[in-house]
Amino acid sequence: MSELINSSLRDLSAALAARRVSAVELATLFLDRIDRLNPGLNAFIALDRDKTLAQARAADESLKVGGGATALTGIPLAHKDIFCTRGWRTSCGSKMLENFVSPYDAHVVEKLAAAGMVTLGKLNMDEFAMGSSNETSHFGPVKNPWDVSCVPGGSSGGSAAAIAARLTPAATGTDTGGSIRQPAALCGLTGLKPTYGAVSRYGMIAFASSLDQAGPMAKSAEDCALLLNAMAGFDPRDSTSLERPAEDYARDLEQPLAGLRIGLPKEFFGDGMDPDVRAAVEAALGEYHRLGATTVEVQLPNSGLSVPAYYVIAPAEASSNLSRFDGVRYGYRAPEYADLTEMYSRSRAQGFGAEVKRRILIGTYVLSHGYYDAYYLQAQKIRRLIAADFVEAFKNCDVIMGPTSPSVAFAFGAKSADPVQMYLSDIYTISTNLAGLPGMSLPCGFGSNAMPVGLQIIGNWFGEAKMLTVAHQYQKATDWHTRMPEALK
Amino acid sequence: MTRNVQWEVVIGLEPHAQLQTKSKIFSGSSIAFGAEPNVQANAVDIALPGVLPVLNREAVVCAIKFGLAVGATIAPRSVFARKNYFYPDLPKGYQISQFEVPVVSGGGLNIRIGSGDTATEKFVRLTRAHLEEDAGKSLHEDFHGRTGIDLNRAGTPLLEIVTEPDMCSSAEAVAYAKALHALVQWIGICDGNMQEGSFRCDANVSVRRPGEPLGTRREIKNLNSFRFMQQAIDFEVQWQINEIEEGRAIRQATVLFDPATGETRSMRSKEDAHDYRYFPDPDLLPLEIRQDWIAEVRSGLPELPQAMQQRFATEFGLSSYDAAMLTATRATAKFFEEAVAATGKGAGSAKLCANWIMGELAARLNKADMPIEASPVSAAQLAGIIRRIADNTISSKIAKDVFEVLWAGDGKDADAVIEARGWKQITDTGAIEALVDEVLAANQKSVEEFRAGKEKAFNALVGQAMKATRGKANPQQVTDLLKQKLGG
Repeated sequence: MSELINSSLRDLSAALAARRVSAVELATLFLDRIDRLNPGLNAFIALDRDKTLAQARAADESLKVGGGATALTGIPLAHKDIFCTRGWRTSCGSKMLENFVSPYDAHVVEKLAAAGMVTLGKLNMDEFAMGSSNETSHFGPVKNPWDVSCVPGGSSGGSAAAIAARLTPAATGTDTGGSIRQPAALCGLTGLKPTYGAVSRYGMIAFASSLDQAGPMAKSAEDCALLLNAMAGFDPRDSTSLERPAEDYARDLEQPLAGLRIGLPKEFFGDGMDPDVRAAVEAALGEYHRLGATTVEVQLPNSGLSVPAYYVIAPAEASSNLSRFDGVRYGYRAPEYADLTEMYSRSRAQGFGAEVKRRILIGTYVLSHGYYDAYYLQAQKIRRLIAADFVEAFKNCDVIMGPTSPSVAFAFGAKSADPVQMYLSDIYTISTNLAGLPGMSLPCGFGSNAMPVGLQIIGNWFGEAKMLTVAHQYQKATDWHTRMPEALK
Repeated sequence: MTRNVQWEVVIGLEPHAQLQTKSKIFSGSSIAFGAEPNVQANAVDIALPGVLPVLNREAVVCAIKFGLAVGATIAPRSVFARKNYFYPDLPKGYQISQFEVPVVSGGGLNIRIGSGDTATEKFVRLTRAHLEEDAGKSLHEDFHGRTGIDLNRAGTPLLEIVTEPDMCSSAEAVAYAKALHALVQWIGICDGNMQEGSFRCDANVSVRRPGEPLGTRREIKNLNSFRFMQQAIDFEVQWQINEIEEGRAIRQATVLFDPATGETRSMRSKEDAHDYRYFPDPDLLPLEIRQDWIAEVRSGLPELPQAMQQRFATEFGLSSYDAAMLTATRATAKFFEEAVAATGKGAGSAKLCANWIMGELAARLNKADMPIEASPVSAAQLAGIIRRIADNTISSKIAKDVFEVLWAGDGKDADAVIEARGWKQITDTGAIEALVDEVLAANQKSVEEFRAGKEKAFNALVGQAMKATRGKANPQQVTDLLKQKLGG
């Protein structure tokens, strides 16, 4: 039974359908593992065995009856703590929401529950998804299962670490500037950020509304495809949700790659990348050649502006999105204050961590009278240029590839004193968010200190199925995605 | 208001009309007035983490209707923006409004200042009208030093309608506000209830000497009655003039009007004005309004008051003042048209209907504090009275008695009342002649006085004759016969 921790979702589904294992047994297997290993990793920040097992029992019922069961019924997963989950504490990694129990389910939570998936718990994350190392969480950093002295990446670091340690077969994540792909890379997983608007943001605590997108994180592209099938789809409660016919993201997984044109932006292969990352990415490209793909150089001339543009737009939106956390209706309120202004300032000063405050200040500044045109409007122009670059590039290729992160997982504290160094961790991932494109990361080898390296695939708008095929064919030819940390076996 | 020849007053208004939708502008909660605190506030209204706004289509329809009614431009693409500031009854920490690109721009409204023949007309230009959400309410009483928050109103759809600074007296400002108030009700986008805050005005007021550039303005907030508007503007104008005449400069400020003292007082000056950090709301797509949508809304619009006024003047030969009075509300116009239709075409019947509606009926409704929709005398009943005046069945005096009976609910129509009470006018010349002879015989004293040259005596004889028939004789016939007999 313990070998099920490494199983694919299809295998778990088959085992559940054949009643070789029950949903309750499967949930218990992972819950026990969480009890044992989580204290050393700090990936889960909310657990409720009774709730989980009740959900598992319900899944077993529908598996028994048969009719209501889906391919995901009875399979456990865990949610990044950014998703409102009814009856669960939903903290977003912040002291501000330390005591907030959500009265409603996010669209994604609702859809995955409706598919019969069983919630194991809530996963640690950088506070309000602001960070690339999981060091900004109010609940303490998550440790990288491959080396606990290293960061797991962020902001979906809890999701990445939990899957890498096989504490859950799958997890939800969100990606505003790389928050699914970068931790997936640093923990040796597969993670996908869909096209902006493909997955409803309803119930996902907003960081930067025009960039935020929820996506699946799992061991393989195939697992991600199955999860995305359940997560995606139009939701009238999100005005930016796209009204498109439902699609099966797994439909083309077995399509061979012969003739595939891979675009390689020269901007992604410059000096910024560590040599070990470069070596692994180039080896992966070699594998793609063997699978019948060709590579072509493309240009993304404005990609160098993506980090500065992002660090205007994202904080601007965040500064406004986080205004609702004022201590009036829910969330943290300072114990003592003399008047209204002090109630606001103390509640927010005490409730938010340093990185969140930094971004609120930046955002407030760039939206201020007299600065708006120079910063916000300028950044929006750059954003359009970046999107136009991609339109141009996709005229000559089917997918774009490059590194996900310039380095493998780094040690705790290595970048936390220097925000700009930290922000550059997302240098390869941010431009896809600015353009609204889908992107994913998949493991493609190991770099220095035997830490995982991620290969990034960027798809055209609505090119998720293509991207997943490209990743799946690679994973059929390689076994990087099946590796797990030796110490946790 | 004291008009000072040395000073020109410049006023612009920014009324907020609460739109008559079923639900809020960005959520499905009801906007009905008067519910228990916070029962009409859902997850979106209280701004729980993760919730998102979805625009209510009905609110957009209201904005389009308004734009069409004032001859404005409806933007094919307008943008919702966030206006950021902290206040406990503003749950998100920002208000969703429209800033750079409003849904309606331009257009204007004809207003009439004064009444009767001395009334003057003026065209007030509109700058823009934009959609936005209302905030909740802070309740400072009954909480023992704390503040209660009621979010029922949070998210209620508003149309903020901004004029150019085209008005130059409190009378003009009130005339405009009344015309707008009537229009938004006419086209059915606002119930106009000022007590409940469905229609409230901000007024920007400044003064200058003729020929000088615009003076510094102060904004009077939340005027919720026309009387207060008049008082507040008059006070503010006098205050500004005094300040300047005493050598103090006006500083831009937001002020509140206190009805108890009749004074305005400063709430905050420009120095501590907020920087609202407007930016396009990334949760909402730009609002696109295509021509076919505008055409659809246009086809559902009622005839507008201005057009109806002109039609009344030409079709029924009414004065422009009468036509304006009869189109003050849609209900009045409807009542008038129904009465005219029921009376039937006849010389002067429309004019008679107009006079009765603006005279007797308006006075009775006013006394009873009733809207015309609730009038106990229906348009058809009024038409019945007018028909009998026109065909000389009853005199105008008797008609008033018939009206009273119908008002009291003591009859089904004018004919029934006239019949039951025997109020039919006596038009039989023979009968009247006999009567006149009787009166002359019984009042020899008056006859002699008249013959001696006392005109008054003649009136006394007419009065006696009318009294003898309890008002039923045709007064003209009585007069003619008397003259004939006395003169002959």
